[in-house]
Amino acid sequence: MMAEKIRVLLAKPGLDGHDRGIKVVARALRDSGMEVIYLGIRNTPEQIVETAIQEDVDVIGLSILSGSHMYHFPRILQLLKERKAEDIVVIGGGIIPQEDKEKLEKMGVKAIFGPGTSTQEIIKKIKELIGNKKN
Amino acid sequence: MCRGINLFNSKKIDEMKKSIDKWEKTTLEESLKLKSERKKEFFTSSNIVVKRVYTPLDIANKDYLKEIGLPGEYPFTRGIHATMYRARIWTMRQFAGFGTAEQTNKRFKYLLQHGETGLSVAFDFPTLCGYDSDDLMSKGEVGACGVAVDTLKDMEILFEGIPLNKVTTSMTINGPAATIWSMYIVTAEKQGAKKEELGGTIQNDILKEYMAQKSFIFPPEPSLKLVVDTIEYASKYLPKWNPISISGYHIREAGANAVQELAFTLADGLTYVEATLERGLKVDDFAPRLSFFFACHNNFFEEIAKFRAARRIWAREMKERFQAKKKRSLWLRFHTQTSGCTLTAQQPYNNIVRVAIQALAAVLGGTQSLHTNSMDEALSLPTEFAVRIALRTQQIIAHESGVTDTIDPLGGSYYVEWLTDKMEEECYKYFDKIDKLGGVVEGIKRGFFQKEIANSAHKYQEGIDKGEIIVVGVNGYATEELMPVPIFRIEPEVEKKQIERLKRVKMERNSKKVEEAIDQLKKAAEKEENLMPYIINAVKEYATLGEITKALKEIYGEYHELLIY
Repeated sequence: MMAEKIRVLLAKPGLDGHDRGIKVVARALRDSGMEVIYLGIRNTPEQIVETAIQEDVDVIGLSILSGSHMYHFPRILQLLKERKAEDIVVIGGGIIPQEDKEKLEKMGVKAIFGPGTSTQEIIKKIKELIGNKKN
Repeated sequence: MCRGINLFNSKKIDEMKKSIDKWEKTTLEESLKLKSERKKEFFTSSNIVVKRVYTPLDIANKDYLKEIGLPGEYPFTRGIHATMYRARIWTMRQFAGFGTAEQTNKRFKYLLQHGETGLSVAFDFPTLCGYDSDDLMSKGEVGACGVAVDTLKDMEILFEGIPLNKVTTSMTINGPAATIWSMYIVTAEKQGAKKEELGGTIQNDILKEYMAQKSFIFPPEPSLKLVVDTIEYASKYLPKWNPISISGYHIREAGANAVQELAFTLADGLTYVEATLERGLKVDDFAPRLSFFFACHNNFFEEIAKFRAARRIWAREMKERFQAKKKRSLWLRFHTQTSGCTLTAQQPYNNIVRVAIQALAAVLGGTQSLHTNSMDEALSLPTEFAVRIALRTQQIIAHESGVTDTIDPLGGSYYVEWLTDKMEEECYKYFDKIDKLGGVVEGIKRGFFQKEIANSAHKYQEGIDKGEIIVVGVNGYATEELMPVPIFRIEPEVEKKQIERLKRVKMERNSKKVEEAIDQLKKAAEKEENLMPYIINAVKEYATLGEITKALKEIYGEYHELLIY
């Protein structure tokens, strides 16, 4: 199924309104040939997981710049587990200190991109992650 | 505008033209033969082409008195005051807020001790969006990137021991601005202050929330009505208060370039003036209290030109479009914050330098108050150490650099005057586009601003990804070594503590009186009365922010963003 497009759900959980980064990423992923479902701001973890399952996505990408990452990432991982949808890869970006990044990666977040990451790097990483999963 | 040679003797101008022609054919050509320039064309951040050199020819046709003028006089290009920083240094106002009211109160006192001259409150996202700390939507966000305020009780603690008739306070609050401002007013009165003594600012600029920042609650029309309520209330009872800070900062941070920031902000400002005039107020009764808030980025001269152009455009529009008579109605008074999105997580100490350059541009642009960002803000909220360096940066500019000794020292610079004109010209092009769309509210509904901003953000990132734009430490001069800075952490118990306090307040208040107050508020909203007295009444009874917001949502509905990227 080489021609199948990678499906990515991008969302901002919680109330954080900083959406510059996620929009830039959405456009870059779309331009690179991925299928992007952009949910925008103010989503609960439940809404995000529900949509991810409904839309049968490969990846959930979260953007958090409000300091709520230690709540939202684990909560979404937990809901995916409860819904037996752990095959959906969770990645994210935002203002996330190194120490938290390491903790989140241990919990199962597959990649965290900080400020200054190029869009090529994000695209490359997603392709790696999904490629690995599909092989 | 008057065109022709005004500033210089026409014979001299002819000589200059000849000299420049000659220079191009000789000196310049020889230089280019030896070494070509680094780029084919040079641009400002707003894609304005920058010429190799500017000469008197670029400003020869200006009418100095009409277009530039003297400080303190129309069109205020050089500054709104005749003495500017020679009489009084700008207000050093550092945005601060995190965790509980107690913690932020402590930070405020720290800042005041270190020479800060005004307060500026950062609220957490639940407060910004009108939710109580115990709301499901608030989970994980309580106290995280600002202070949590649910009821009057939190506001009382926030300003304990800080006399509100002595300091001025700026509050970044928009959707629920009327409620938070009411809490502030009641707190001040409880301290013994009088309404008419209170000085400060509420951001209260809802239009830009739909374009950027995104802490909207209600749809644009009722939101605009609430803004006019606060402007009307201030004009009657709080003459020293700025009921709105028309903000370009968030528009810029969301991706807009300098011209877009300028144009969209001023267009928002004109929309508020029109809406307030429709309410029946006289322009000179409220225009003097309108204030502005801009970002300051790295492109040094473009930023200075932006501030100069902003003052001139606003003065002209207020005078010619709205026939304002008072001098103060024509003043564009503004706060500046250095740019958060230019800070890098990589090599964070470099940010001190970026902030210094941006702060200097703001001062050369004639700002009335300034917030300098801290070097660690691409990583977390700032530590006290980082905040102190940021504040010291302003103090060094104020006391050591000498730039405060004369007014608008870049006035008359061939480049800066030319660029000021250019910014103005580009701004009016946007005004035309917005008019054709049917105004700002219509433009928001059609996603015009959102699209413009997203496009600029995309273009900027593309420039970095392709290496056309160099960000030092990120895609140029990058190092593998980590340069660790200490990280500021919010204690995780904040949410629990805040929810406990909210519960306690709810138990101790007279719930019947709260119900009555909310009921009266709803009725007033239906009748389109000015809601300020009703909100103040509810706040006094310790109605929560969430309860007041919910009541108004029932009348006004909720806004949902257009998904544009």
